[in-house]
Amino acid sequence: MSQMSTHYPGATRVEPVNRHTLAIIVDNEPGVLARIAGMFSGRGYNIESLTVTETEHEAHISRITIVTTGTDSIIEQIKSQLSRLVPVHRVVDLTMTGDAVERELCLVKVVGKGDHRVEAMRLASAFGARTMDATLTSFIYELTGTTEEVERFIKLMTAVGLVEVSRTGVAAMARGPGSM
Amino acid sequence: MSETMTGAEMVIRALQDQGVEHIFGYPGGAVLPIYDALFHQDKVRHVLVRHEQGAVHAAEGYARSSGKPGVVLVTSGPGATNAVTGLADAMMDSIPLVCITGQVPTHLIGSDAFQECDTVGITRHCTKHNYLVKSIEDLPRVLHEAFYVAMNGRPGPVVIDLPKDIQFKAGTYVRPANNQHKTYHPTVKGDAERIRAAIDLIANAKRPVFYTGGGVVNSGPHAAALLREFVHLTGFPITSTLMGLGAYPASDPQFLGMVGMHGTYESNLAMHECDVMINIGARFDDRITGRLDAFSPYSKRIHVDIDPSSINKNVKVDIPIVGDCAHVLEDMLRLWRQKAPQVDKIALKEWWDKIEGWRARKCLAYRNSTETIKPQYAIERLYELTKGRETYVTTEVGQHQMWAAQYFKFEEPNRWMTSGGHGTMGYGLPAAVGAQLAHPDALVIDIAGEASIQMMLQEMSTALQYDLPIKVFILNNEYMGMVRQWQELLHGGRYSHSYSESLPDFVKLAEAYGGVGIRCEKPADLDEAILKMINTNRPVIFDCIVDKTENCFPMIPSGKAHNEMLLNDYLGEAGTDIGSVIDEKGKMLV
Repeated sequence: MSQMSTHYPGATRVEPVNRHTLAIIVDNEPGVLARIAGMFSGRGYNIESLTVTETEHEAHISRITIVTTGTDSIIEQIKSQLSRLVPVHRVVDLTMTGDAVERELCLVKVVGKGDHRVEAMRLASAFGARTMDATLTSFIYELTGTTEEVERFIKLMTAVGLVEVSRTGVAAMARGPGSM
Repeated sequence: MSETMTGAEMVIRALQDQGVEHIFGYPGGAVLPIYDALFHQDKVRHVLVRHEQGAVHAAEGYARSSGKPGVVLVTSGPGATNAVTGLADAMMDSIPLVCITGQVPTHLIGSDAFQECDTVGITRHCTKHNYLVKSIEDLPRVLHEAFYVAMNGRPGPVVIDLPKDIQFKAGTYVRPANNQHKTYHPTVKGDAERIRAAIDLIANAKRPVFYTGGGVVNSGPHAAALLREFVHLTGFPITSTLMGLGAYPASDPQFLGMVGMHGTYESNLAMHECDVMINIGARFDDRITGRLDAFSPYSKRIHVDIDPSSINKNVKVDIPIVGDCAHVLEDMLRLWRQKAPQVDKIALKEWWDKIEGWRARKCLAYRNSTETIKPQYAIERLYELTKGRETYVTTEVGQHQMWAAQYFKFEEPNRWMTSGGHGTMGYGLPAAVGAQLAHPDALVIDIAGEASIQMMLQEMSTALQYDLPIKVFILNNEYMGMVRQWQELLHGGRYSHSYSESLPDFVKLAEAYGGVGIRCEKPADLDEAILKMINTNRPVIFDCIVDKTENCFPMIPSGKAHNEMLLNDYLGEAGTDIGSVIDEKGKMLV
């Protein structure tokens, strides 16, 4: 007994932090986004990106895609905290269900002349970005891709006169014939 | 059956249809149409409180003592914000409430109108769910849905924010045929596979302990009855959280007393050294676990909880079972009877021997006095002298609350109402009002401290108005006792602002309200005074003058493990600085 009483397990293990993409189907009622975002802030969880739009107009159902980071136990908590919110239909962890298509759209504005302007055009074409607006001194490009592609594109554009970025955050869907 | 009526009338009709007999409220500009509708009927009885926080606590006391939902009606702005503490309290302790708040007319929302506040915004985090009703068509559904959400799954408070123009508007009232909610369908039946695995684990346990909580009480008297049956069948020891007291009879020899920060020595050591922990309806709160990385290091854990987010939140468990306590206990019992497993009698005997050894420490023993009333003695006598009666006990928050939990023995569920999670001083008096209303012939006692009682004292007036003969039993030590205790243990005895200066004369105060005041200062007079209180069929304030410096033990100091608890005789050891047993990290905790 004395041996038992003096034995302690080691300090709490440091768990690795992972990135998860969650798809949340909710009733599109007033305040639902505040409820979800407030749950994250109130309990100290991260939101890396968040997209939301009504996806079924007749049924007033919205799909929210949240990219979050946390240890496995925090991700588990996030999912059960989300599931117990009254207007939430279901929560799917697309990172857990397997390979999902994850895309985001960004708009970047670059301003410059001469070599910078030419280099910006070359980069945009190399990435397959579309030109949405052009003036004699600026472009707005639209690029759709994975978060990593978008990040790379923005980083390169920074060197050639990037002045403004707008990103949608990730929209995601599980691959294969199954549906949520 | 549909009928045309105003929004205000719909509110009252829906309450009637839900079988609501009592509501607690306070009128104001934004709820006047509802008060007008109340005026025209007598099925729903309105209890006028003196402060909206009191209304919510009274509804909590009503709900917890009766198992029915509590209903609150308050006005917009200050009415709603005053209710917030009560709502947060009900949220933390999972108490089913429906709180209707008035709101400024829809066209004024957002204009900073008089007595406007963003009620749904403010209460979003302290309610289970809330609604702002902007159209009369939604109102009947929302009213009934609110009761469904409050009562089903893990119970909690629900707010309906109702703008004044919607209260005036006419619409069609239909009582929904069924309460099938679109999205909210909590799991009540536990997973059969996991229940089977749990039974196997329980059957092979050598050092088991049941650890039960408020979930059993919330699940209803049937759950408590099933728990008793199961615990008796297994012969295992059982402990309970503060919230779960009464679900299992305190006088039963298998009951080890309360667990946690001020729990008994035998309970905490049983939790520490067990090999199988059977958690039924408790949530591994930090007051229970102490230092997490040293919590129950040798156990496999079963956790039954209706709220999936409670599982693996603070403590990892081996067999999680999401479901209602009564349902899961029923399945467990059935399976146990079918399998009739042979428990390891020799190991259990050894385990009980060990527990009896811990019990023999008599951790709740204290040095009594013939000069001053020891607070523990006061609770013991209060318990002994009220034993045979139907007694409901509420408390405020602090030392008196812990002494009540330790020394008052609860035999039935729903008899004990205390602010567990939120720790709200001022809870007890209004909760007693609610409990007395639900049980007019019972003895309802608010065990209070002289500091806490002053936070909701105005509700004495409510008790008088409605002839509710509640008893406020104040353990008066002239200190915010728990604060003083922590200052003694952790802050070098610097009693910063914890002395109750300028106390009122509680006897005169009781009389000023129209009640009865009793003061007792000597242990020898205590019994007679308590009997006088019990036999007074009017509201009483009992000013029990107790030892000013008594500390509440046992105590697991902050940041420590279950087997590092301090006992009452600790102070007796010469030259020991109690503050030194708590390290710097522990001092950061509360």
